[in-house]
Amino acid sequence: MRTALFCAAALLALTAAAPSPKTYTVHIRDDKFQPPSVTVAAGDAVSFINDDDDAHTATADDGSWDSEGLNQGQKWSHTFAKSGKVTYHCTVHPFMHGTLVVQGEKK
Amino acid sequence: MKRSDFVGHVAWTGAGILYVLGAEGIVRASADAAPGAFSFVQISDSHIGYTGPANDDVHGTLQKAVTAINAMPNQPAFVIHTGDVTHLSKAAEFDDARAILSTLRAPLLTIPGEHDVIGAEGPKRFASAFGRSDAKGRGWSSWDQNGIHFVTLINVGEGETMGVLGDEQLKWLQDDLAARKADTPIVVFGHVPLFAVAPEWGWTTTDGTKAIAMLRRFKAATVLNGHIHQVVEHTDGAIRFATARATAFPQAAPGTPGAKPGPMKVAPDSLLGVLGYRTVEVTGPATWRDRTLAQS
Repeated sequence: MRTALFCAAALLALTAAAPSPKTYTVHIRDDKFQPPSVTVAAGDAVSFINDDDDAHTATADDGSWDSEGLNQGQKWSHTFAKSGKVTYHCTVHPFMHGTLVVQGEKK
Repeated sequence: MKRSDFVGHVAWTGAGILYVLGAEGIVRASADAAPGAFSFVQISDSHIGYTGPANDDVHGTLQKAVTAINAMPNQPAFVIHTGDVTHLSKAAEFDDARAILSTLRAPLLTIPGEHDVIGAEGPKRFASAFGRSDAKGRGWSSWDQNGIHFVTLINVGEGETMGVLGDEQLKWLQDDLAARKADTPIVVFGHVPLFAVAPEWGWTTTDGTKAIAMLRRFKAATVLNGHIHQVVEHTDGAIRFATARATAFPQAAPGTPGAKPGPMKVAPDSLLGVLGYRTVEVTGPATWRDRTLAQS
């Protein structure tokens, strides 16, 4: 009984300590990713919102993820589970670049 | 004038007024193509799917261009669309574009722009809607017609990077052109300009200089592109370059202070005056005319 109570308390503590996943926002505005660099924790999501009148994409340089085409006002969200640094670009505006850093591992 | 000189002896203005150049210079304003003369038409950048303030009816302006071309008394040998048929490479956009373009009386050729190859499905949808069975690699091709050697180049979609021809295509181009005599007129189509119009805006082909070098031995080579939604001319030796107007919306001129690439809103009653298409007529000296939709 005492052991069971200890385990339950430990589990509760772990659960309480684990931060809730967050959602970050990157605006695509004036042909730029704003902010150009974002650091998130594994399990967090990033929403890319196109504020421009022109079409844009947010596409990982290594091909691991791709928003595909976004018109003005459209949003694409993606949850990042794997740690690491990924650079990305807009396929229709190759001069647009951004960086995403994912820290830790998803629990 | 020899046929080999046709393509090199032309001049045109952005206002849609065209003058034919002879050996002595400008000789006359051009007339429409004579019956039976060889001609073709270039249209570009229709951006079907765009819904912004720069043009709230891109279907309508493309249809207007198609209607004007269909009304030409002497139909062109072909109509070539030099890319960005769609805005986001969506299936419905390709369906809508194909529905309009399929009403052209003349045969249609289409090459992709970067807006036609977005995502994993974009290239497949473009190939399904407009792909050519005789194309090589990612879609490049060549053919001979009326004594002219035509080449279509693909400079979008290479490794997800716009404005790149790539080694495979350049090797194919080298072999393709090697079989042509220097006095063969060459006409090259592509989406992104081969020469550096505005590299900071993505208005260049990074390895375009390699293709341009291959064209230098020809007495008359012409390169026609879209992408920048306006007429810009450039000459490099015997090679003449011209970008075309869009049927969707204009973009700012390179170097405009404070400007950036992308849809540019103009007064509604001015829109048709900055959209258009290009007719290319060969009646002796080639004649080139950039027509606005307001003139149609």
